[in-house]
Amino acid sequence: MKSTGKVIGIVSNLVTVQIDGPVAENELCYITLGDTRMLAEVIKVNGDKASVQVFESTRGLRNGDPVEFEGRMLEASLGPGLLSSVYDGLQNDLTTMEGVFLKRGEYTDPLHHEKLWDYTPLASVGDKVIAADWLGEVKEGWLPHKIMVPFSFKGEYTVKSLAPAGSYNIDTTIAVLTDENGEDVPVTMVQKWPVKIAIKGYKEKPRPSKIMRTGVRVFDTFNPIAEGGTGFIPGPFGCGKTVLQHAIAKQGEADVIVMAACGERANEVVEIFTEFPELIDPYTGRKLMERTTIICNTSNMPVAAREASVYTAMTICEYYRAMGLRCLLLADSTSRWAQALREMSNRMEELPGADAFPVDLSAIISNFYSRAGMVILNNGKTGAVTFIGTVSPAGGNLKEPVTESTKKAARCFYALEQNRADQKRYPAVNPIDSYSKYLEYPEIREYLDENMGQGWVDKVAEAKNLVRRGKEANDQINILGDDGVPMSYHERFWKSELIDFILLQQDGFDPIDCNAPMDRQKYMLELVLDICHREFHFEGYEQCREYFKDMINILRQMNYNEFHSEKFEQYREELNQFLEKHGN
Amino acid sequence: MATKAFQKTYTQLSAITKATISLQAKGIANDELAVVNGKLAQVVKTKGDTATLQVFAGTEGIPTNAEVSFLGNPPTLKVSDALSGRFFNAYGHPIDGGPEVEGEERQIGGPSVNPYKRRQPSQLIPTGIAGIDLNNTLVSGQKIPFFADPDQPYNQVMADVALRADVDKIILGGMGLSNDDYLFFRHQFEGAGALEKIVSFVNTTEEPPVERLLIPDMALTAAEYFAVDKNEKVLVLLTDMTLYADALSIVSNRMDQIPSKDSMPGSLYSDLAKIYEKAVQLPAGGSITIIAVTTLNDGDITHAIPDNTGYITEGQLFLRADTDTGKVIVDPFRSLSRLKQLVQGKKTREDHSQVMNASVRLYADAQNAKTKLENGFDLSDYDLRCLDYAKDYAIQLLSIDVNITIEEMLDTAWKLFAKYFTKAETGIKQVFIDKYWPES
Repeated sequence: MKSTGKVIGIVSNLVTVQIDGPVAENELCYITLGDTRMLAEVIKVNGDKASVQVFESTRGLRNGDPVEFEGRMLEASLGPGLLSSVYDGLQNDLTTMEGVFLKRGEYTDPLHHEKLWDYTPLASVGDKVIAADWLGEVKEGWLPHKIMVPFSFKGEYTVKSLAPAGSYNIDTTIAVLTDENGEDVPVTMVQKWPVKIAIKGYKEKPRPSKIMRTGVRVFDTFNPIAEGGTGFIPGPFGCGKTVLQHAIAKQGEADVIVMAACGERANEVVEIFTEFPELIDPYTGRKLMERTTIICNTSNMPVAAREASVYTAMTICEYYRAMGLRCLLLADSTSRWAQALREMSNRMEELPGADAFPVDLSAIISNFYSRAGMVILNNGKTGAVTFIGTVSPAGGNLKEPVTESTKKAARCFYALEQNRADQKRYPAVNPIDSYSKYLEYPEIREYLDENMGQGWVDKVAEAKNLVRRGKEANDQINILGDDGVPMSYHERFWKSELIDFILLQQDGFDPIDCNAPMDRQKYMLELVLDICHREFHFEGYEQCREYFKDMINILRQMNYNEFHSEKFEQYREELNQFLEKHGN
Repeated sequence: MATKAFQKTYTQLSAITKATISLQAKGIANDELAVVNGKLAQVVKTKGDTATLQVFAGTEGIPTNAEVSFLGNPPTLKVSDALSGRFFNAYGHPIDGGPEVEGEERQIGGPSVNPYKRRQPSQLIPTGIAGIDLNNTLVSGQKIPFFADPDQPYNQVMADVALRADVDKIILGGMGLSNDDYLFFRHQFEGAGALEKIVSFVNTTEEPPVERLLIPDMALTAAEYFAVDKNEKVLVLLTDMTLYADALSIVSNRMDQIPSKDSMPGSLYSDLAKIYEKAVQLPAGGSITIIAVTTLNDGDITHAIPDNTGYITEGQLFLRADTDTGKVIVDPFRSLSRLKQLVQGKKTREDHSQVMNASVRLYADAQNAKTKLENGFDLSDYDLRCLDYAKDYAIQLLSIDVNITIEEMLDTAWKLFAKYFTKAETGIKQVFIDKYWPES
C-alpha cells in the first residue's frame, strides 16, 4: 500500500509533508491542489515529516492538502523514439503539450505508443541472458536501436519465446523470459530506469583509449577529449560558451548527442530547434536532429526540475551506451544545476558550505561526472558516454565552489577567457591554462602516435610552449617598448601569434574553417611548427610585424579553403614563395 | 483596501520584523494576499499553523494585535485595452487621478511559455542610436539591460529608445524611480503624444522598497495581455533592476535566509530569470521585448546583480562617459547584442556586419595608440590617424545623442574610413569596398 500524507509547511517550492507510512529518499509523490496533481520528490525525511521539492509552482497550495506517495523514484522511459525528441527536465514531451504556456501539472508521455518500428530479433530461444543483453533491434533513424533485457532484471533468465521479425509498437511483448524460479516475464520495447542511479549492465569500464573528434582545433590538437572522457568549459558571460558547445554538438564524432539546456536562455534552445533540423551531420550525411535529443529546462522553468534534467539526460546517454553506441552529453550549464541545489539546501535551512552552496556539492558533481566513461559490454562490444559541461562562474572568477569542484572531477579543462573574447579571438579558450589529462595517458599517447604520427604529443607540447614563450616576450615588449628589447623577442612573439591565429583561432561561422578533420589539423600543426623552426632576420620590428602579418594572412586563406583543393594548394605555393623570398 | 465577505480575519501576530509578520492561521494558501492593518501583504512561508507574510509597505506601526484579513488569491491585475495611457502603482491602482480599470482579473507572475512554442526572434527594432543599431542591433523578443553607473543618463536614453522604437505598446515598470525621473517619463510620454500606447507601473523612492517586488510582474502581466491576446509588439522598460534585487535581499534577509555572494539571496538567478525570460517571440506574431536598466557600482560588472543579469539577458548595453569628446557613448567593447546576427545584413544593408567590425577594430587600434601615448612611446602615422578617427567615430556614431537611420550610419562610417584610412587598412571585403567606398 502506498503511503500518504498532508502538507504542513510551504516555503516556495519546498513543501513539508506529514507522512503516515514509510517513504524513501528520492521517492516521488503527487500533491493534489484542486484538480491539479503536482509532482514532487522527497529530499529529506525527519521522523514523520518529509521535505519534498515540488517540480511546479506551489502558488495556492495550502496546509492540509493531500499527498500521495508513488513508491518509485523519478524514472526515465527508455525505448525507440528518444532521438529527435524535445523533453523538459522530467522527460515530458514538450512538442505534444497544448497551448503556448506550460500548464502546471500537465505531464506528457515521452514516447509515442502508436508508432510502429521494424523489429528484428537478435537472441534465440533458449539463450541464457542477463540484464542489458540484446534481445532484438529496431531501426531508429539510421541507428540500430537494441531492445535489451531490462536493466532492473536481477540474475539469469532463459529466453522462452521471441516475437518474429515484424512491425510493432513499443508496448508489444517482443520476448518472454523465464527467471531462475521458472516464472515467465514479458519484455516490451520500453523499460524504465530511475535517473539518479547509474545504469551498470556492462562487463568493465576501462580507461579511455581513443580521442573523440570535435573538429575544433583547440580541442583536438591541443587538449583532446577522450571518447568516454569528461571535460568542462568555464567562462564568464559573453565569452562564447554556448557557441562553442553548439559547435561541438554539430561536429562531435558521436552516434548520439544529448543536449541538456539546464537553466539557460530559452532563445538559445529555440536556435537549436530552428537550426538542427536543417543541418547535416558531417559523418553520416543525415539530418543532425535525427541523432539528437534535447532536454530543455530553461531558466524560467521550475528550479527543482533543473536538477532532474541533467540526470534524465545522463540516463538516456547510458541507455544508448548499452547498445554499443558512442554518446556525447553536453550540459549547459552545470552551475545552474548547482544553484538549484543551493536554493533547496537554503530553504531546508541546512548549514551552508562556501558561497552558501551545500557542503556535499563537490561529491554530487564528481558522482555525476563519474557516470561518463567507455565501457565493454557483456558481449564484448564497446560503448561510450563523453560528457562536456559548461560552468558559469560568478563574476568570471574561477575560484568559486562550482568551478573548483568540477575541476576535481573532470579530466579536461577548457578555460574561456574574457581577454581573448574582447579581442575577438574565438574560440576564446586560454591556450596556457587549459589542459587535457588524457595527453598523459599511455593508451592515448599510443593512439595518437598511431593515428597522428610518432611523437605527436611532443609536437603539441612544443606548440604550447611556443605560445607561452611568445606571451612572455610580449610582456617584455609592453614593459620595455618596441625598441627596448632584442629583435628575437619580436620574432618569438610573432611566432606565437602565428600559432594563435592559424591553429588556436577558428572561425565558427565559416562553413569550411569551422570543422577541421584530423588529417588537416596534423598538416597545419606540422606546417606551422616548421615555420617556427626557421630563423628569420629582420631589419626592424616593423618589418617583422609586417612580414608575419602577411604570412598569417596567406595561411588563413588556407584555413578558409577546402583541404588540398586547388585554391588551398595555390595558397600553399604562395606561402612557399613568401618564405623563400625572405631566405634570399 | 476594500474587504470582501467571508474572509478569514485574525488579530494575533506572533512575530514582526521590518519586512514580515508571522501569525497563527489555518488553511492559508501559499502566495495568498492579506491585508494587515490596511497594508497589503503576501504569504511567503507556512509552517504548521504559522504563516509568514511579507508586508509590501513595510511593518512600521503594525501592532501585535493588528487585524489580518486574508483575501484568498495571489496578486492580480485587471487587464483590458483601458490600461493604455494610464499610470499605476505597484498594486495596479491608478495614480493619475483616473478611474479604476475594468477588465479580466489575472494573477500576476503567471506560467512560462513552452520553449518549443517560441519562435526565433527576427524583427529589427531601430532606435536611431548608432551605438545600438549599428553595433548592437536590437531584435524583438530580446531581453537586454543597460549597464550604467548611477550618474549616466540611462532613463533618458531608455525613453528615447522607447519612443523611437516601432512597437504597438510600451510598458514602463519603474522601481525606485526618483520623483523627478517619474515626472520626466510622464512628461516625455505626454510630450511625444504617444500616451495612448503606453502603460506605466511606478514605484518611486518615496514608496516602500518591498512594494517594488510587484512591479515587474505587474508590467509583464499587462505585456502578456497585449502580446498574447492582441498579438501586439510590446516593449517593456524596467528601471532600475538593481533596486529590485536590493528589495529581494531585504526580504530574504528578514526571513533569516543564508545569503550568497554580495549578500544577495541564493535564488537571485532564478528570480531574475523568471522576469527576463518573459521576453518572447510568440508563434502568432506578438512579441515581448525587455529593455532594462541595471545600475552598477563604479562600473563593476562582477557584482552579483550585473553578473547574474549578464548570464540571463541576451547581451548588455554599456553606457559610459567618453572623456576625449565629453559625450556619453555606448561602449563598443563592453556592449553586446547576442541576437544581432539574426538581423544584421538580413534586415539591414549587406555591408552592415563588415562595417561594424571594421569600425570597432579601428577604434580598438585607437585605444592601443592612446595607451602607447600615455606610456610615452612614439606614435606612428597610423596611430595618429586612428586617434583622429576615434574622436569623429565617438561624436558621429557612438554618442547617445545621435538619431539617424541605419543606412545613414553605414554611410557615415564609410566616410570616416575614407577620410582617415586606406582601403586595405579597413580590411573589408573587396566587393563592399568597390560598391560603397565614397569617391572623393
